[in-house]
Amino acid sequence: MSAITREEVSHLARLSRLALGDDELDHLAAQLDQIISAVARVQEVAAEDIPPTSHALPLTNVYRADEVRESLAPEQALAGAPAAEEQRFRVPRILDEEA
Amino acid sequence: MTTPTLMDYDEALAKYEPVLGIETHIELGTASKMFCGCATGFGAEPNTQVCPVCLGLPGSLPVTNRAAIEGIIKIGLALNCDIVEWCRFARKNYFYPDMPKNYQISQYDEPLCVDGHLEVEVEGETYRIEIERVHMEEDTGKSLHVGGSTGRIHGAEFSLVDYNRAGIPLVEIVTKPIVATGEKAPLVARAYATELRELVRSLGVSDVRMEQGSMRCDVNVSLMPRGAAEWGTRSETKNVNSLRSVERAVRSEIERQAGVLSDGGRVIQETRHFHEDTGRTTSGRSKEEAQDYRYFPEPDLVPMAPSREWVAEIRASLPELPAARRRRIQQEWNLSDLELRDVVNAGAVDLIEATIAHGSDAAAARKWWMNELSRRATEQGVELADLPITPEQVARVQAMIAAGELNDKLARKVFEGVLAGEGGPDEVVAARGLKVVSDDGELSAVIDQVIADNADVADKIRAGKVAAAGALVGAVMKATRGQADAGRARELILEKLGAS
Amino acid sequence: MELVGKGAAELGELLAAGEVSAVEVAEAHLDRIAAVDGKVKAFLHVDREATLAQARRVDERRAAGEELGPLAGVPIAHKDVFTTTDMPTTAGSKILEGWRPPYDATITARLRQAGLVILGKTNMDEFAMGSSTENSAYGTSRNPWDLDRIPGGSSGGSSAAVAAFEAPLSTGTDTGGSIRQPAAVTGIVGMKPTYGGSSRYGVIAFASSLDTPGPFARNVLDAALLHEAFSGHDPMDATSVPEPVPPVVEAARRADVDGLRVGVVKEFAGEGYEPGVSARFNEAVELLESLGAKVVEVSCPNFTYALPAYYLIAPSECSSNLARFDAMRYGLRVGDDGTRSAEEVMALTRAEGFGPEVKRRIMLGTYALSSGYYDAYYGKAQQVRTLIKRDFEAAFEQVDVLVSPTTPTTAFPIGERADDPIAMYLADLCTIPANLTGNAAISVPCGLADGLPAGLQIMAPVLGDDRVYRVGAAVERALEDRWGGPLLAQAPALVEAK
Repeated sequence: MSAITREEVSHLARLSRLALGDDELDHLAAQLDQIISAVARVQEVAAEDIPPTSHALPLTNVYRADEVRESLAPEQALAGAPAAEEQRFRVPRILDEEA
Repeated sequence: MTTPTLMDYDEALAKYEPVLGIETHIELGTASKMFCGCATGFGAEPNTQVCPVCLGLPGSLPVTNRAAIEGIIKIGLALNCDIVEWCRFARKNYFYPDMPKNYQISQYDEPLCVDGHLEVEVEGETYRIEIERVHMEEDTGKSLHVGGSTGRIHGAEFSLVDYNRAGIPLVEIVTKPIVATGEKAPLVARAYATELRELVRSLGVSDVRMEQGSMRCDVNVSLMPRGAAEWGTRSETKNVNSLRSVERAVRSEIERQAGVLSDGGRVIQETRHFHEDTGRTTSGRSKEEAQDYRYFPEPDLVPMAPSREWVAEIRASLPELPAARRRRIQQEWNLSDLELRDVVNAGAVDLIEATIAHGSDAAAARKWWMNELSRRATEQGVELADLPITPEQVARVQAMIAAGELNDKLARKVFEGVLAGEGGPDEVVAARGLKVVSDDGELSAVIDQVIADNADVADKIRAGKVAAAGALVGAVMKATRGQADAGRARELILEKLGAS
Repeated sequence: MELVGKGAAELGELLAAGEVSAVEVAEAHLDRIAAVDGKVKAFLHVDREATLAQARRVDERRAAGEELGPLAGVPIAHKDVFTTTDMPTTAGSKILEGWRPPYDATITARLRQAGLVILGKTNMDEFAMGSSTENSAYGTSRNPWDLDRIPGGSSGGSSAAVAAFEAPLSTGTDTGGSIRQPAAVTGIVGMKPTYGGSSRYGVIAFASSLDTPGPFARNVLDAALLHEAFSGHDPMDATSVPEPVPPVVEAARRADVDGLRVGVVKEFAGEGYEPGVSARFNEAVELLESLGAKVVEVSCPNFTYALPAYYLIAPSECSSNLARFDAMRYGLRVGDDGTRSAEEVMALTRAEGFGPEVKRRIMLGTYALSSGYYDAYYGKAQQVRTLIKRDFEAAFEQVDVLVSPTTPTTAFPIGERADDPIAMYLADLCTIPANLTGNAAISVPCGLADGLPAGLQIMAPVLGDDRVYRVGAAVERALEDRWGGPLLAQAPALVEAK
């Protein structure tokens, strides 16, 4: 049995905002299936009572003081923009309201 | 989409019991943003308060603003929450053009503050609203939708994005389900939002201005048939940008959902948007794909473990909270429940208190703010606090009244002058020549003239009809453009006519 | 004076003594780049005039009497993952082609402050995902030992540049082995500092909880000098450690193993390891023993789960980190014809702007984090991370450093593993554990296997960076005595290119 279906791969592509063609999806589905089967080995070893580690080092409470620093000039901020207008980033029409 | 049938509110409440949930976002008023040093001022030129961090440029990293954490802890403590000993930020992943990293730094299953409550009062009854969590996150940028007819998102040809707001610290306060409020549900929702706003304002951590978006409510509503044990499916209404809208949105959703249910339909779990103009909600998103935010611990930020000492320090620094304060001023100012409510609803508590602090007595301070000044605020369509007059100036006017230099009528003219930008009370008095005329010589001459002009009335008084003196006092006041001391004028009239 | 081929410390001394100028040193290396980089393809961006201008400024600073560090005027090749205001920064991706960052990475700024002269930006696997530079959108860099073979990756441009004498130093980033493996397969020194010991600010993120910038050099002392120059606490990086930089230069100069206990990781041997690589490794262990170290075998049973855990954690983080490349604010935009929505333009741009390996990892990470799979994949991987940490802790109760081969094979031929992701991933088998737990680890050359370099990995506890330099320098000194010079002197292709 495969670890991941073609449909799931297609769903993942939408979630990841990747417009992939059918060939690419087919190819990826096979590779992901192989990789997921390999990495599923982690399930062999980690018992329930093992706490997870999200950060390499156990640092806590790193804060900065509430001080204003210089911002970029708007020209710098917009310099890399594919399109800009009225000192704003121009983006294609947005389909849905904010999530 | 078919237009749903709305059910009459009373009928809806007869059949269904509403369950509410309110999620409130509050922008903190820190000097700099949540994770970078950009300024946070409202209304700046677009994209002038941005840097590599809040623009999400490749390679940039967030660093947490300590003042924001202190601010949220203040809110948590004021809401009677527990402040957890250890928690992490999490990334909430979804794509949206106004969110520079396409993930929001937020908190997921480890909120900083949990299990609180806030008591609110509606028509003499107290409701305890349970708070599930208070967590820290960052705000998004703002899009301007261009083209199309409405200026709204639908039909727009493109959008222009300003990231000044992106990364401003945002506190989210989530209630537990609010049940058993019956037909009062809309009022309870509004009272909660009002009380929360007061509370946060009193802490000094946000200006909580709903019209500027520094406080925003999402209202969850579901209905269950009366007597049922299971809750219905809820909708989440966003864009609720005033206290009045909170009330209207709840009411509107009750009417809509009742209509849907009684037509045999099913309420869909969805995001809806409230429209101020129609007072109705519309469906917000085409839900082809269920949202999957793929939360995971934010690796760029280390966990927070606020020490108990720090929390105790913050607790000790909390100001008097609105509920305690209301109890105190009711007693000190000797107010009835109704008077207290009016003062609170008018947003006049701070103003009156400051006026008293500048030497006015409580009754006078309340009188001016609640009557004359409230009326003028209403006329101008502004909040009382936004009138261009200070409590100190109100106290000065009242001091002049107490000294006999002004009467109430003149005082109103002084307020008029101050509000018109003519200067402070003393300047207005001087410039307009507003002074009570109590000098007997000057007044006497005016009275003589008035008696001469109104011989018939004078005769009646001489004949013992003392009540007629009022007409002559009125004439004196008119002749002096209100500047006479009316009491003294009456004494002099009666004296001159031998009726005293 | 022949300047190309000299090490950083030596050049630094010549510069300090006024025997050469920074401009002369820069010119010599620019000439070398012009002569060999057409074959080696280490650089994505070189700007001769801008480099010389930097060098002139260093000479001016020195002339003005400014106190300069030991590397002032020394040229360096900079991995294209660090932001630079004066050079494009692409992270090897088409999606960022031509992007000019408005800010310098902290490490870039520190290089400039220390007076290092940046020669240009080096090639890399796209977004640092790969072990060969074959995933770069701008072509594959070559291994100077054999131009038909990979120079390692992801920092393959940086390893190739140093091995080809185009620069005495270079920068890299190591997420799963991306400094150590390229160092091993090109016969140079590559160091992954303790996580948080070197700033990530301005390093285009691959996997935030693993990414660690570090130095490449042709000898251990040079690596330590560069390490010291750009490391240390950075308030712009919340994961930056507050402790002072360990005394790495002093340790590299000390170069002994007196009284040290060395643990050989039992799990990193056997099947999958090329016989030549194993042989050189075993000789290095014997050498350590002969130098006075106490060698024991140590078992770290969970290390074998490091690779699968890594291939869940790194893709998960990358799926989120790379979400920002969406055609809205910077970089490539594809398909914006005035009718398509932002959502469609994002998806088209990302499909065209990202290469196959990046897409594969984004998809894998999205899967591992998605609801219903999180606990079974990402959650389990985080538990494995805890187990590996415990293995390290137990091991370091018995020994001062752990050793293993850096990578199981020597440089493989270009194309051999290009469409076999799992085979490619094995290159990082031995290096990944130190990334998962943030430990310091170095790779130093330990000889040739079938004419190609093999590396010895030395791992130390968190903040034990000085220890790996000390041991690495001891091994280097003993081996160079044995070989009669540095390993690179035996490289045939280089001799020819020179």
